[in-house]
Amino acid sequence: MTITEKLLARAAGRDEVTPGEFVSCRLDLVLANDITAPIAIDEFRRMGAEKVFDPARIALVCDHATPNRDINAATQTKKVRDFAREMGVANYWEADQGGIEHIILPDKGLVIPGDVVIGADSHTCTYGALGAFATGVGSTDAAAGMALGECWFRVPETIEVVYTGELQPWVSAKDLILKLIGEIGVAGARYRSLEFKGEVIDNLGMAGRFTICNMAIEAGAKNGVIAPDETTLSWIEGRTDREPVVLASDDDASYVRTVEIDCSALEPQVAFPHLPENTRGVSEVGDVPIDQVVIGACTNGRLEDLCAAAKVLEGRHVADGVRCIVIPGSHEIHLQATREGLVELFLESGCLVSTPTCGPCLGMHMGVLAEGERAIATTNRNFVGRMGHPKSEVYLASPVVAAASAVAGRIAGPEDL
Amino acid sequence: MKATGRVHKYGDHIDTDAIIAARYLSTTDPIELAGHCMQDIDAEFVERVEPGDIIVAGENFGCGSSREHAPIAIKAAGVSAVIARNFARIFYRNALNIGLPIIECPEAAEAINAGDEVTVDTDEGTIVDHTTGEEFSFQPLTGVAAELVEAGGLVPMVQERLGTR
Repeated sequence: MTITEKLLARAAGRDEVTPGEFVSCRLDLVLANDITAPIAIDEFRRMGAEKVFDPARIALVCDHATPNRDINAATQTKKVRDFAREMGVANYWEADQGGIEHIILPDKGLVIPGDVVIGADSHTCTYGALGAFATGVGSTDAAAGMALGECWFRVPETIEVVYTGELQPWVSAKDLILKLIGEIGVAGARYRSLEFKGEVIDNLGMAGRFTICNMAIEAGAKNGVIAPDETTLSWIEGRTDREPVVLASDDDASYVRTVEIDCSALEPQVAFPHLPENTRGVSEVGDVPIDQVVIGACTNGRLEDLCAAAKVLEGRHVADGVRCIVIPGSHEIHLQATREGLVELFLESGCLVSTPTCGPCLGMHMGVLAEGERAIATTNRNFVGRMGHPKSEVYLASPVVAAASAVAGRIAGPEDL
Repeated sequence: MKATGRVHKYGDHIDTDAIIAARYLSTTDPIELAGHCMQDIDAEFVERVEPGDIIVAGENFGCGSSREHAPIAIKAAGVSAVIARNFARIFYRNALNIGLPIIECPEAAEAINAGDEVTVDTDEGTIVDHTTGEEFSFQPLTGVAAELVEAGGLVPMVQERLGTR
């Protein structure tokens, strides 16, 4: 069996499962946010549920339109907060405890190897980096999960993705996942599991692994997963009292497809509008002037990402007329970035530094684009209207390419500076 | 379920930001959401759509975000069914959960034109294009998907489990 099949079998109380069959799994964690929880709460009530299955296994994170952008957003956040209090939900945080859901949940040790997690947010697949099964669902599924502590799944076939070779300077996890999406397309892993492996993955730290699994959904995948190893286990140390369940695919596990990517010749990638599959090497981008840069999001808002961007920005200045918005992924990361001098470096180089929020990634607030404006962002989607006006454009890239582009005023790699 | 309506046709990879842009998500009111349905890729859709109309699209319909607001907006706009080559998985689950009929039928998705009058019959598994005279058949749902439709969505199914019906 593959690791995904083993994770689902275990949570279904079965010895084995095969792709295509339906299973009902017990859930270790159910997540919803300020956009999806309000509907989930309504549906939870309609179901006639009076309590959540386990207040310790629910997480409600208000991160999309926070700090509340308007009265409607504030009303939705309040609804989530009131529900969390009423149900005794342990994992609801304000201000200095908060941040972007897919950054703070692993940071707080709420997901560990072996877990099965659903979240009413498509990027819930991020937690696969810990060797968990994690997938996005809608609000009604999240409501049922909160009420019952269970969810049904169709066991997915698995695509094996093997990254070989050695990464070139300035090439990072974001480039690895963009390259894959460029190869297999935005529906290339539809309904399937993406299992990432190979020497490049083995040598990658947790921040990079989260970035890769975060974008599994952009290839249509049900989940992305990386088998836990020493890196995983040392990362969760001190974050949880629970015992991790370390699973791995069998040698004779069956894959529906194997994709091999040789990283030795891989250069930083840029995804052109309006799909994440429109990738090119940064050297093939041509002359693309930009109005805005966003460095952050659940994809690349970790301290390692900010350090990478800072390395490019150090001693340089953002180009005239360009707005470069840096968004630490959590209050804790914001604090660490401040202590390490990164925030000062960003401010001195002409960047704006925002409080943690999903904000601009989905055109909610804190950096919305006007008609005809163009941004390069470390976010995960570049659909029509994603960051604002339907006639604006978003290019996706890694923190170092975003930072270099901010300096150049057009899309550029660090080596172009 | 049997429904007849005019077709609104779209291409591949229609994402949930196109179906309902994030800037409108600070509400859960279906009518308000319906008022912005498909806005960023088809600004006239809301003006054009009549109760019973049918959306026909290509591959991977509903890709992207998990927002249930997307099928809610489509349903509240009066759309009776969505026919596509295939669907993104979260959208697929969401549609079944809230009772928006969705049909995977590559032949119909390819052949039916914008503006055609079409009848969908989910019990019979047939699609009739009255404008061209073409007929198509599709596989009925199986497993949990069929049970969900039978129960009328996920809420009644959970009510059954909790004994709250």
